[in-house]
Amino acid sequence: MKFKSSLENYAFILPAILIFSIFYIYPFIQVLFLSFFDWDGIVSFKDATFLGWGNFKEIIFDDPIWWQAMRNAGYITFIALIFQNILAFLLAWACDRQIRMKNFYRLIFFIPPVLSEIVVGIAWRFIINDVEGANIINRMFAAMGHPNFIHSWLSDPKTALTTVAIVHCWKGFGWGFLIFLAGLQTIPRELYEAARVDGANAWESFKKITVPLMIPVTVLVAILTVLGSMQAFVLILGLVGGEFAGHTSVPVLRILSSMRGSSRFGYACAQGISFGMVLVIISFIQYRFSKKVTE
Amino acid sequence: MKEQSSWALPGLFGLRGAIPKVMFYKSHGKFLLIALGLLLFMSGCGNAKNDASKPSVSISVWHWMTDREPALQELAKKYVAQTGVKIDFELFAPSEAYSQKIRAAAQGKNLPDIFGVLGEKKTLSSFIKAGHVLNLTSYMAENNNAWKNTFFTEALAVNDYAQGNSYGIEPGIYGVPIDIMTIQMLYNKTLLKELTGSGNPPTKFEDFIALGPKLKEKNMQGLVSGWGEGWMIDCLTNNYAFNIMGKDKVLKTYKGEVSYTDSDWVKVFSLFKQMKDTGVLATGVVTMVNKTAEQLFASGKAVFAFNGSWCVNVYKGMNPNLNYGVMLPPAATDKAMSIWGGAGSSFMINAGSKNKQEAVKFLKWLTEKQQQESLSTVTSNLPANKNSLAQLPAILAEFSRNMGLSTHPNAWDVSEFTSVTENLDRGVQSIIIGEKTPEQVAVEVQRVKERELVKKMIN
Repeated sequence: MKFKSSLENYAFILPAILIFSIFYIYPFIQVLFLSFFDWDGIVSFKDATFLGWGNFKEIIFDDPIWWQAMRNAGYITFIALIFQNILAFLLAWACDRQIRMKNFYRLIFFIPPVLSEIVVGIAWRFIINDVEGANIINRMFAAMGHPNFIHSWLSDPKTALTTVAIVHCWKGFGWGFLIFLAGLQTIPRELYEAARVDGANAWESFKKITVPLMIPVTVLVAILTVLGSMQAFVLILGLVGGEFAGHTSVPVLRILSSMRGSSRFGYACAQGISFGMVLVIISFIQYRFSKKVTE
Repeated sequence: MKEQSSWALPGLFGLRGAIPKVMFYKSHGKFLLIALGLLLFMSGCGNAKNDASKPSVSISVWHWMTDREPALQELAKKYVAQTGVKIDFELFAPSEAYSQKIRAAAQGKNLPDIFGVLGEKKTLSSFIKAGHVLNLTSYMAENNNAWKNTFFTEALAVNDYAQGNSYGIEPGIYGVPIDIMTIQMLYNKTLLKELTGSGNPPTKFEDFIALGPKLKEKNMQGLVSGWGEGWMIDCLTNNYAFNIMGKDKVLKTYKGEVSYTDSDWVKVFSLFKQMKDTGVLATGVVTMVNKTAEQLFASGKAVFAFNGSWCVNVYKGMNPNLNYGVMLPPAATDKAMSIWGGAGSSFMINAGSKNKQEAVKFLKWLTEKQQQESLSTVTSNLPANKNSLAQLPAILAEFSRNMGLSTHPNAWDVSEFTSVTENLDRGVQSIIIGEKTPEQVAVEVQRVKERELVKKMIN
């Protein structure tokens, strides 16, 4: 009877297991397998050359552009972790309080994340760029009496990546805002009232109640930010048009370049596996760190 | 019991006795009605008249050319009317998606009868090696090379493999060019006249860079191009490499016999530094995609553009009144300037197709004078058939004028490593943004080249 019941339970999850296996596990195994070969994606796979760890060795020791792309993605992620999430948290905190038109703000803050990345990229390119665009940012600086700030933001290698990172933050802060807001709303109001009765001011309540109770939510937002920012590439294509002499290279663009530009499917798979491993390691470290802090 | 034994119809699916007679009629009556309706509908579809006009063969063609789709569909209608052979053009755009589509189809062995291969000659070679592309040499040679002789030599060259080619492909012609292109420089006649007074385009590199200060003075943008995409930088670099050191030395570099640190290559890279220093390049050219460059030139915001002959159609759409001319990139030496040109788009025939002969017949028809003229008129592309130039618009005729100076990497029997080309493009971008010197770029490119040569030797 017990066996029959557990068999029934397994039958219910079987479709999910099948779908997950077919569309996730099997392709992952295939990608892992391909990463050990030199294959152009055209000739029959049986004619592919087995390289062993060759592709991985090349990534680690012989591909400085890959590491530059990793550094660039790390930089975008760092900016997003700091500025995007602080902004998202502060706005969520503000909207959690009794302020006027808070539903309107919630709606406004959630517009950027629902826009397509390519649309955001092209729109911001138009806003920022001084040759083909409206040059709005530079005009603003000029109108505000700061002509020394006028700059070719996207075509200067020193500012291109930071500009990309800022637009990425603008595009992404809405997600963090929503999650933070949901987290803030789960904190029992009684805790704040009790703290107020005990003489705590707003800052102390924030420090002693809000911050500790928001740690798990912050970790979740941080993990999502890392995963989202490290994989950003469509926005870069829209904003800069490509890798800009390596200054805006990111890992996903490198993987695409290996597949489409060089026809090195095996190498692209190895890049994908390496990149995936890095993301898993970062997420694991974040998880362990958050667990320690919560304890 | 009595009612159960009174079934009038034989049971269906073992239902006899399970449901009462009335219910049986209700449920199966509907089924029978639908089946009858479908039968009548299908018999209506297959009437005698349609059977007679039904094409005996259907040829499937996959392509990526959004701008040529309506014209190709029109030609398909014409062909079926003439021959009874149906042509199914299927468009898969953008070109990146198309490239992935044919790779996947090659793996699944379900390529269409006719398809195009985009990218480097190496990619076409892989398709040929895998047995997906029909060798057309014998068809081209029929009737004393009648078909072959209709094409521009440069157009056929990109699909031609010579004896002992470095790709290891059996010698032969593996594709049919349907149009050709050249990549040259363009100038806005109105702006150039305003800039120079005479309006004559510069023919020498010194004259070209001398316009830099004037451009700054008049607050005009100079040369625009899709240099954010990399390959167009490669194109101009290659043009100047041919101009400075000649084809043989360039190809020797690709073979690894000449170093990129050679003074001639440094000279080539230095031209980009000079262009940057004198200000003839438009602001942000390094991050510019070609579509943006086309918009800037079409809207009269830039004096010069470096673009291919496909731009005629693009500019016509963006600004039909644009007053522009075609010029060769200004030569850096007294030797003849070389440009990229040849087949713009080619079709290949699936070697595994059961309709090979019909596919060959269709491509022969498509590249005949009349069809080529029609395609050229509608799409503003240069025809691959050299007998179809008579009706060319003036601006396209200007593009075709320098066809004799054209060459193309896909027409050479040796190719550069992709990683070397990528580093070269990236290096030139670095020179333009003032990050690296020409000498530094030469050293870096050579380092990648040596690494690739070692890898090739090991493998």
